[in-house]
Amino acid sequence: MSKIFSIALSEFKRMFNSPLAWSLLAIMMFILALLFLTFIDQFVLYVQPQSAALENPPGVTDIIVSPLFMWAGIFMLAVMPVLTMRLFAEERMNKTLTLLISSPLTSTQIVLGKFLGMVFFIALVVALIMLMPLSLSLGTDLDWGKIFSSALGLFLLLGSFAAAGLFLSSISSQPIIAAVSTFGLLLFLVVLYLSGSSESNSSELFVYLSHFSHFLPFLEGVLDTSDLVYYGLFIAGFLILAIRKLDNDRLNG
Amino acid sequence: MNKNNELVRATALNRIYGNQLAVSDVDLVLHKGEVLGLLGPNGAGKSTTMQMLTGNLSPTSGEIKINGIDMLDDPQAAKRAIGYLPEQPPVYRDMTVKEYLFYCAMLRDVPKAQRASAVDSAMQRCSLLDVANRLIANLSKGFQQRVGIAQAILHNPKVVILDEPTVGLDPIQIKEIRHLIRELGNDHSVILSTHILPEVQAVCDRVQIINQGKTVFSDTFEQLAKRQSAPVLIVSFEQAADDMMFALNSLDGVSRVEEAGKSRFKVAFKDRHKPALITRLANEKNWQLTELTPQSETLEQIFMNLIHGDTAIPSAVKVEATGEAA
Repeated sequence: MSKIFSIALSEFKRMFNSPLAWSLLAIMMFILALLFLTFIDQFVLYVQPQSAALENPPGVTDIIVSPLFMWAGIFMLAVMPVLTMRLFAEERMNKTLTLLISSPLTSTQIVLGKFLGMVFFIALVVALIMLMPLSLSLGTDLDWGKIFSSALGLFLLLGSFAAAGLFLSSISSQPIIAAVSTFGLLLFLVVLYLSGSSESNSSELFVYLSHFSHFLPFLEGVLDTSDLVYYGLFIAGFLILAIRKLDNDRLNG
Repeated sequence: MNKNNELVRATALNRIYGNQLAVSDVDLVLHKGEVLGLLGPNGAGKSTTMQMLTGNLSPTSGEIKINGIDMLDDPQAAKRAIGYLPEQPPVYRDMTVKEYLFYCAMLRDVPKAQRASAVDSAMQRCSLLDVANRLIANLSKGFQQRVGIAQAILHNPKVVILDEPTVGLDPIQIKEIRHLIRELGNDHSVILSTHILPEVQAVCDRVQIINQGKTVFSDTFEQLAKRQSAPVLIVSFEQAADDMMFALNSLDGVSRVEEAGKSRFKVAFKDRHKPALITRLANEKNWQLTELTPQSETLEQIFMNLIHGDTAIPSAVKVEATGEAA
């Protein structure tokens, strides 16, 4: 257990040894901050003047915070594959995976360690994004329940991205292929949601399968155990596949 | 040999890639305090054998015991006894030497309290102290190789397995690394793969030659030296005479004389060289000795014979190779 934690910590630190994590975070914060400003503008110019006339007007949290978290999720669709490709594919290309394989570690420890490292990074991303709505609390009252459920939703969504990326990274020896296939899979699941929820051709199954459909209730402030279970299964499934793949590597070379 | 002395025992290792037989029926034994050289041309199956020994690759069939522990039954415990340097040092280029070695110490179960001293002593042995805080990416190939060796000896493993440790190094570094390996042989057992013959002669106690996935020769250098002194002298004379052959044959201790050219002979002695007899004979008859060379079977000759089949494999080698492996 302590080894899993140490691997995770080292993976997390190594992300920041290269400019990759820094630049991704910087670009993400820049873009989300611009969106954040746009949402505030919208709220101040259009929503607020009308809200006096409405019986149950949408609050600051609905107009600003929920869309912000949704955009963060969409943005990470593209960012996550770049981070997860490093986990196994890049190590395999640089031949550094041998270090972990020939150390007294189980495949489970290696996979969980690497995943936990990504979880640390995801927690950092969510915490940084949280700072923006928190800054609003200086001037207005916020719906804290909704903010925290949004944050939890984003955390789980990104966790599912990381697990899928980790598995696809474990089956390829070229980082670019790992990144592209991860991006493809994640986007496919979003498209599944879009096509499943379209008016002409709706499909409950498609909507259920998509990781995005389970994210949206969190933004509404709805905590549904079925959504939690979905993410749990999604993450566990891909991690188990990755563990099996590592074990299998020894057999197939 | 004493069974308890065996640190590595691999029996009947086979490895098949697709339909290609990479390693076939290789047996390998490593005793305590021994440096074993695994020799073979490129693509002979050396690296595959090492990957199997270190648990990076499962053998298609066969058994590997490290320090008495089966690699399949308890891979964690078996791996703890091994330090492995693959062909390419598995170093994270974005870490400093010290950071990297601390990370490796954690991976190898070095207790927290001993990590600092383990890292320090590994750095000292590999002369890395001057570059301890530099990024591995900025180090030269030779230093990266040394970092690779440092991670292999860090946890003081019983068996150190080095895959071509001197590839890509300059002559001075090669000399240093060989010195280091020789030193490692004092308190670790080492398996070393290479395709450089002098390297094996310089550092190994025993050599196992692998060709096309099979063990074709396995013997100690002591044995090899004994065979080398299987005494044959090549002599040639300025003069020519009809009775040369007869005269040489009648010398004391000579078992056989073969003609090897004009006035040139291969003189085989029964137990050891007696060059003095030949010089005396040449003086008496005034044949004017021009050459007197002891012919020995060097590792290089054995290697060439085995790999390229230049000449028939000496039957003694065949017998001993299988005898050692069994």
